[in-house]
Amino acid sequence: MNFKHKYIFLFPGLFVLIGILIFPIIFVVRLSLSGWNSYNGLNFIGLENYIRLFTDDPRFWESFFRLSFLSVTTVFLQYVIGFALAHMVWKDIKFQRFFRVLFLIPMMTTPVIMTVIWRTFFHESLGPVNDILSNFGMSPKWLTDPTLAKITVIIVEVWQWTPFMFLLLLAGLLSLPKEPFLAAAIDGASPIRKFIYVTFPLMAPISIGAIIIRLIEASKIMDTVYVLTSGGPGTSTETSSFYIFIKGLREFQMGYAASMSFTYLIIMIISLTVIAKVLTKLLLKD
Amino acid sequence: MAYADKWSDQFPHIKATGDIAGDCSYEKISKKNYKGKTLKINTHAVPVIGQPTALHAEQFAKLTGAKVDVTHTPAGDLYAKAMVPFKAGQAPYDIVFGFSNFINDWRQYLAPVPKKYINTVEMKDVTKSHVGVSSWDGTMYQYPVDGDRHYLKYRKDVIDNPEMQKKYKADTGKELKVPTTWKEYGEMAKYFNGWDWDGDGEKEYGSAEVMKKDDLMFAAFFSRSVAYAKNPRTPGGFFFDLETMKPNINNPGFVEALTDWVEATKYVPPGGINFGLGDEIGSFGGGQTLFSFSWDDAFIAAMQDDSPIKNKVGTAPLPGADKVWNRVSGKWENKYNQAPYIVWGWAVGVAKKSKVQEMAFDYLCFFSNGANHQADLAIGNFGVNPFKNSDFDPQLYINTMGWDADIANSYTKTLKDMEKSKNRVFPLRVRGVFEFTSAVATGTSKALAGQLSPQEALDEVAKEWEAIVSRVGMKNVQEDYAVGVKMEDNKL
Repeated sequence: MNFKHKYIFLFPGLFVLIGILIFPIIFVVRLSLSGWNSYNGLNFIGLENYIRLFTDDPRFWESFFRLSFLSVTTVFLQYVIGFALAHMVWKDIKFQRFFRVLFLIPMMTTPVIMTVIWRTFFHESLGPVNDILSNFGMSPKWLTDPTLAKITVIIVEVWQWTPFMFLLLLAGLLSLPKEPFLAAAIDGASPIRKFIYVTFPLMAPISIGAIIIRLIEASKIMDTVYVLTSGGPGTSTETSSFYIFIKGLREFQMGYAASMSFTYLIIMIISLTVIAKVLTKLLLKD
Repeated sequence: MAYADKWSDQFPHIKATGDIAGDCSYEKISKKNYKGKTLKINTHAVPVIGQPTALHAEQFAKLTGAKVDVTHTPAGDLYAKAMVPFKAGQAPYDIVFGFSNFINDWRQYLAPVPKKYINTVEMKDVTKSHVGVSSWDGTMYQYPVDGDRHYLKYRKDVIDNPEMQKKYKADTGKELKVPTTWKEYGEMAKYFNGWDWDGDGEKEYGSAEVMKKDDLMFAAFFSRSVAYAKNPRTPGGFFFDLETMKPNINNPGFVEALTDWVEATKYVPPGGINFGLGDEIGSFGGGQTLFSFSWDDAFIAAMQDDSPIKNKVGTAPLPGADKVWNRVSGKWENKYNQAPYIVWGWAVGVAKKSKVQEMAFDYLCFFSNGANHQADLAIGNFGVNPFKNSDFDPQLYINTMGWDADIANSYTKTLKDMEKSKNRVFPLRVRGVFEFTSAVATGTSKALAGQLSPQEALDEVAKEWEAIVSRVGMKNVQEDYAVGVKMEDNKL
């Protein structure tokens, strides 16, 4: 077989890659240089959309910083809880298999449907949460207080996606070598010292991978916000993706939404690369 | 009547009326043969308008042999779902449902309603204002299936109750009556907020309103604004000054309305500032609040047979105000003012590129034929409201829906008076309308959430409106807006 035949075999993959990745990105860039909306077609307006975004749209930047806060907080909580749960069922405990499956259930449910159920839970006049809390004289405004609404979004995100973190970390724990633990046991290390000096450092590479994967996902928080609060009250839970959705598919400012999407993509690539480097330096220093 | 019985046996939906003779009656449509043809419809989610669309699609398919595919889409996505393929030169749907204020953006992609349908018996019954609503420059692009206005709904068993009136007088020194101003509305709603005033063992609240951002909240805000900002003595634009296209949205009239609305967050049920239209219908229709205002649906839901408050609710025009802003003199006029807000409602059109246009128009004509329309009117969450002259006959509601005569009379009078009013406000129908209404939703929701003061919020909206006008082109918006202003100024 001629060596050049390999390119023929590469072609289907390349074709798909061009079709589903390269072409959409090029199209988004082209769209971002147009004023395409309900009354204009795919014209060319140069960098007008980008100028508007950087000089006259504080709402985009507010939603971006809100998103950063929400994603960092939710991923941190998911990591801590996921690690704790994984650590728990890593050990030989009763009903180990049952718990392993149980902890995965939230991830197997459909996010939009679960968010509708959460919204019903937190409904301030009809929901069971306030029904119970009212017995203790409390009726928090889960969805209508700007601060509490953010916490509600965090609760739902953490509930939904901690199992993903749990799954990755459990797989990591199960693949750890036994020798360092045996050595630590012989040295008489306490469980806490074992965790700090053996388990955690050995888990660092998989932790970094898990955190980065979740940060990429969390930076797209949209369905939870859409169903739970519609970005409200006011704009207090509006995230970048939800804002782009409003501008693009609600107001039909396709050109402007494309410029926001592209800017957002660049920011995310840069910031996630930096975060990955920082985490690697911090956790893998030895 | 013999054939009417035949059809109502097959289609229980019309059991109260049987078939009603017309050009698109069950009898007439059953003569059409669309076997082997497929009709694709994009409509709203179930139940509001989505349910009648699906029901009539099923009936239409049974009568004509056609295959009808119905897609349900959330309200906020209806515009884009049609607009994206329209812009791309495609027509994945033969029929698209939306709001009537989409007309200006959609009309270039819709087929005008053919003369044949404009001359049907059913169409001749449509009110003049709703023919106008469905048309642009004299050409009808949207097929009338619904007619909406905002008005006040109240608990008659409380407001008309002598004991409650005595108690209210003793506690506040004021008369308990149907509120005629937003200030009275607020006082009564606050008084009746958070206690069990109907003795059902549950707490009741003052008012149920659509306050959820991006869920038609802009319409609720305009309903509260018309009293303060629609001055019959200053024609030439409610939303903008037509001559300069300067937004009026942050003038003291609108600010006063938003200030009232922020105050209203204190007398809505818990979570009320997250209420969408469905929540409002459920809340008032379920007997949770004293007042509500917006479309008919909450009232119809309250008057259904299974409602705990059937025949305990009343209707009245939207409250007014004791003062109205004069944008020409820049001063308040201390005169009572009331203005109906005609919200037009659901609209539907046939795609210009559809290959089954005749079948599509037949379906729409069948959707709103006499029997279907009367049956749909009786179901609160169907979202079909009066738009035909025959709808204003109180006997329709007394005989077929079991309403008390005084309630039916006040309901039809409320609607009729709005048709006759010379101080009406119509929704904005300009290019890029969604950008304008979305800006209002964002600004007002910031005020309701306490992020901004009413003045700051509306200044932000005005700034955004100016930017939109500049992007769309002042001449373009002005040209579009002039059509609506003509209607408001009674020149059409």
